Amino acid sequence: MAGRRVVVTGLGLVAPVGLDVKSGWDNILAGKSGIKPITHFDIAPFSTRFGGPIYGFDPSPYVSEKEAKKMDKFIHYGMAAGCQAIEDSGLVIDDSNCRRIGVAIGSGIGGITGIENNYEAYRQKGPRRISPFFVPANIINMVAGNLSIKFGLKGPNYSIVSACSTGAHNIGEAAIMIRHGYVDVMIAGGAEMATSPVGLGGFAAARALSTRNDDPEGASRPFDKERDGFVLSDGAGVVVLEEYERAKARGATIYAELIGVGMNSDAYHMTAPSEDGEGAANCMLQAMSDAGVNPEEVSYINAHGTSTPAGDVAETRAVKRAFGDHAYKLAVSSTKSMTGHMLGAAGGAEAIFTILALRDQTAPPTINYQTPDPDCDLDCVPNTAREMAIDVAMSNSFGFGGTNGTLVFRKA
Amino acid sequence: MSSVVDRVRKIVVEQLGVKEEEVTLEASFVDDLGADSLDTVELVMALEEEFETEIPDEDAEKITTVQQAIDYINAHQA
Repeated sequence: MAGRRVVVTGLGLVAPVGLDVKSGWDNILAGKSGIKPITHFDIAPFSTRFGGPIYGFDPSPYVSEKEAKKMDKFIHYGMAAGCQAIEDSGLVIDDSNCRRIGVAIGSGIGGITGIENNYEAYRQKGPRRISPFFVPANIINMVAGNLSIKFGLKGPNYSIVSACSTGAHNIGEAAIMIRHGYVDVMIAGGAEMATSPVGLGGFAAARALSTRNDDPEGASRPFDKERDGFVLSDGAGVVVLEEYERAKARGATIYAELIGVGMNSDAYHMTAPSEDGEGAANCMLQAMSDAGVNPEEVSYINAHGTSTPAGDVAETRAVKRAFGDHAYKLAVSSTKSMTGHMLGAAGGAEAIFTILALRDQTAPPTINYQTPDPDCDLDCVPNTAREMAIDVAMSNSFGFGGTNGTLVFRKA
Repeated sequence: MSSVVDRVRKIVVEQLGVKEEEVTLEASFVDDLGADSLDTVELVMALEEEFETEIPDEDAEKITTVQQAIDYINAHQA
C-alpha cells in the first residue's frame, strides 16, 4: 500500500442486534439474534414473515422532528450511525478543517418505502398528492447530504451504490481518498431500510429469503447444512476514517488501521456468485496485496456469509482459493447469523464488528450452527465467541451484479 | 367540529414542526415559521386534504401567512 496511513477513530451502529455500537457488539459477543417477526405492515400474505427490522428506534437525538419527516427511515438510521461515529471520534469540525472532511455513505436500495407511499398517493389521488419532499426524502445520497449539512462537512459528499457491497465500497474508496491526500477525514459506511412490502416481496420472489417462519431467530444459519436463504434486515454502520498522523496528533482513540482494500467483479451472473469462488478469491487476494500482508498473517475473516445455499459454498471455495492451506487455520464467522443481511448497511456494520474483533482480540461467533455441511468446512467459530490473537482481520462483502468488496484491518 | 382557524393552525403546527403559540394569525410561513419553498408546497397540500378543496398554484403562491390561509379557506369552502 502506497500513500498515507488510514486509521479508524469513530464507530456508529444501528442494527437489529442493537441501536448503538456497545449494545450491538455486546449482543454479538453473547450470540444473541436480532431477528424477529415483522409487524410494521400486513405480513400475512408473504412467504417470509420475519426479518431484522429496527424497532424501538427514536431518531430525535439525531435529527429534529421537522427534518425527520423529510427523510426515509434509511436516512434516519444513517444519520444516527453517522452522528454516533462523529461523536465517538471526538472530531472537532471547524472552518479551518471542514473542507478536508467528507462523507461517503451509500445504500443498496434507498427509500423504497417512500417510493411505495408516493406511488400509492398518485394512484389513489393523482399527481398533485406526490410530496414535494418525495425526491430528497428518498434518494440514496441523502444520508451523505444530510450529514454534511448537519456537521458542516465541506469535503466530498457522495454515495457508492453496489448492492450488498455498498458499505465496504464506501469505506474502501473513502480510505483510498485519504491515502492519496484528497482529504484528511471521511465519514463512511452504509444505511438501509428495505423491509417494506415491495422490498421483502422482491427478495422473496427471487427465492433468496429463508422461510423458516416457525423459528425466526434460527433462520439465519450461515454455513449450516440446513440453511435456506438469507434474512432481510435494516440498519446502518458508519465509521470515521482518519489520516494516521492527524489522529495521532490530536490524541484520538485509534480502533484499528485500514490497511487494504479490494474491489472487483465476478462478471458472471446477475445474482449468483461464480461457483468456484474465483471473483471473491481475487478480491481477497487484491486486498491482501494492497495491504502488503501474506495470507498467513490473517487470522480472522468476517465472512459475507448470508446463509444462502449457494453463496456460503462459493465463499468457502473462495477463501480456500485465496488462502490455500491456511484457510483451515482461519476463523471465518458470519455475524449475519445474528444481524441478518442489512444489504447496503452490511459492509458498514461488519467492518465495525471486524474492527472490534481486533480491539477485543475476540472472534464473534456464527450462531445457529448445528449441522455441518461438507461444502462449508472452514472454522466458522460455531455458536460461541472465541478469544484469540488477531493481528490482521478481513471483512468480505459480495453483491448482486457480481460486485465484490474486501477490507483488511490491522490491530491498532 | 373545530373552527377553520383551529384546523389551519393545527396543520401548520404539524407540517412546519413549530409550537402552537408561534402560529399567530400574522405569522408568515417563510419569515416567521422557518418554512422553505418545499415546506409551503406541502403545507398547501395538507390544507387541500383537510378542507377537501383544490388550491391552484397561482392562488397558493399568494398564501404566505396563517391569516391568508384562513381567509382563502373561508372564501372557497362549499
